[in-house]
Amino acid sequence: MLEQPHINLPQGSIEKQTTTLNLGPTHPATHGVFQNILEIDGERVVSAESTVGYIHRAFEKIAERRPYYQITPLTDRLNYCSSPINNMGWHLTVEKLLGIQTPKRVDYLRVIIMELARITDHLVCNGVVGVDTGAFTGFLYLMQYRELAYEIYEEICGSRLTTNIGRIGGFERNFTPAAFQKIEKFLAEYPKALKEFETLLTRNRIFVERTTGVGPISAERAMNYGFTGPNLRAAGVDYDVRIAQPYCSYEDFDFTIPVGSTGDCYDRFLVRNAEMWQSLSIIRQAMDKLKGLPEDVYHADVPAYYLPEKQDVYTKMEALIYHFKIIMGESDILPGELYNAVEGGNGELGFYLISDGGRSPYRLHFRRPCFIYYQAYPELVKGAMLSDAIICLSSLNLIAGELDA
Amino acid sequence: MSLTNDYIKQRLVEKFGEAITSFEESFGVLSFTAPAALNLKVMQFLYDEEELQFRFLTDLTAVHYPHQVGAELAVVYHLYNFREKIRLRFKVFVPVAEPKVFTASKLFESANWMERESYDFFGVEFVGHPNLKRILNVDEMTYFPMRKEFPLEDQSRVDKDDEMFGR
Repeated sequence: MLEQPHINLPQGSIEKQTTTLNLGPTHPATHGVFQNILEIDGERVVSAESTVGYIHRAFEKIAERRPYYQITPLTDRLNYCSSPINNMGWHLTVEKLLGIQTPKRVDYLRVIIMELARITDHLVCNGVVGVDTGAFTGFLYLMQYRELAYEIYEEICGSRLTTNIGRIGGFERNFTPAAFQKIEKFLAEYPKALKEFETLLTRNRIFVERTTGVGPISAERAMNYGFTGPNLRAAGVDYDVRIAQPYCSYEDFDFTIPVGSTGDCYDRFLVRNAEMWQSLSIIRQAMDKLKGLPEDVYHADVPAYYLPEKQDVYTKMEALIYHFKIIMGESDILPGELYNAVEGGNGELGFYLISDGGRSPYRLHFRRPCFIYYQAYPELVKGAMLSDAIICLSSLNLIAGELDA
Repeated sequence: MSLTNDYIKQRLVEKFGEAITSFEESFGVLSFTAPAALNLKVMQFLYDEEELQFRFLTDLTAVHYPHQVGAELAVVYHLYNFREKIRLRFKVFVPVAEPKVFTASKLFESANWMERESYDFFGVEFVGHPNLKRILNVDEMTYFPMRKEFPLEDQSRVDKDDEMFGR
């Protein structure tokens, strides 16, 4: 008789009842580069530990030697699903520091772009929640319209994903008639797609059962964890920077803040969907308000900070001087210290800026909403199933660029 | 909307007296400086007081001022009151030789990673922090990159005309 071969098990593997699983850094379910080390018992998550920093690009340090107008492209790369909001947030911060008042038309044009960006951000997130629960169709319905939104950006600033849209003081050029046509097309067609998407998922029994009660958080814990944006509102707190501290003429618009109650994945999904409807209504209102305003205004009258027309640079002395000073980063910047926030796709996107009067900021800190609320992830998934942990991850809308800055 | 910056200032002066200094109001936000030993007491006071209720830590970061000898590093807290929609900023200065500040992570969970970030980039040591290690940079790093002694461009470059471009 042959003797049974002796099997060598790794030490401690029998005593240890749990398995360690690496979710990330390049796992498809994380939708970005960050790592979660999950300790699982069968299929239940016992504990989770997150590691971030895989795409850290030192933007805060780089910003300390760039002139102000060159920092805009850095903000593109924070939350790259809604870069226009980041760009506008930065312009608004610098304008606040310099005391620049923008005309109403500029504000409304900015509101249109920001709300478009919010829609594209939310549609990707909600589409992906659908994908992770096994429903790919809805995602594709919505993705078509992200393409249209990107065409609108392209019409306005020439680029699509990392937009670098607008300048300090306004926009680099006026909106073309084609841009307005495309916005009208978006307003006419997107509601149908969104309606169809909601029909597919909102009352879908499989989807509802997969998402209700997954990754819930109470309002109190959410506030303690520094949640902002749709994730905080899903927990039942009606905090929205657009209403709490209105910027860019948001006070002229009539809209509501959708709130949830339990803060679980299903509530987050509903809040994002409802916000898309609100954003559509805001864009509609802005388009109507634009009709009564002069059509050739697209920037504030601040020649010291806003680049002159190229034609003038070749023919006029003042324009040449301003052009040179702005391009070389020699515009006069006032010393000061301020914190300015905008409502980004994921929450309160803050810019803490200290200027000592030099050509670059003395210190610039980005308050990235993702970075702050991601630390709640271990608490959200504790005791949940592994598949629920993945849905929770996508419904938090974590964007790796915003995590790491 | 009855809470004003003046009232907050008055309450803080009543409670902490001379300890809190350099009150100023820039862009509508009240800011002040607290001694490093009192940072938690100030935050707890602002959190607990019925009329103040600053219960949301919006942002926590650090700034390096190499020319202020003995108070080179500043930890900056931004607090927010949801009910009155008021923001508040306060700073704590510590010497770079012994950058010790009490952690706020017992009061606000959100401070956990933000303090790790401040430690990672500026080397501020948060006393009592549950897991104070680097977060965005690699663990093997031996320096704190956001400090001003690490300029981005080699300052000895001679191929640029400083007089003309002020670099």
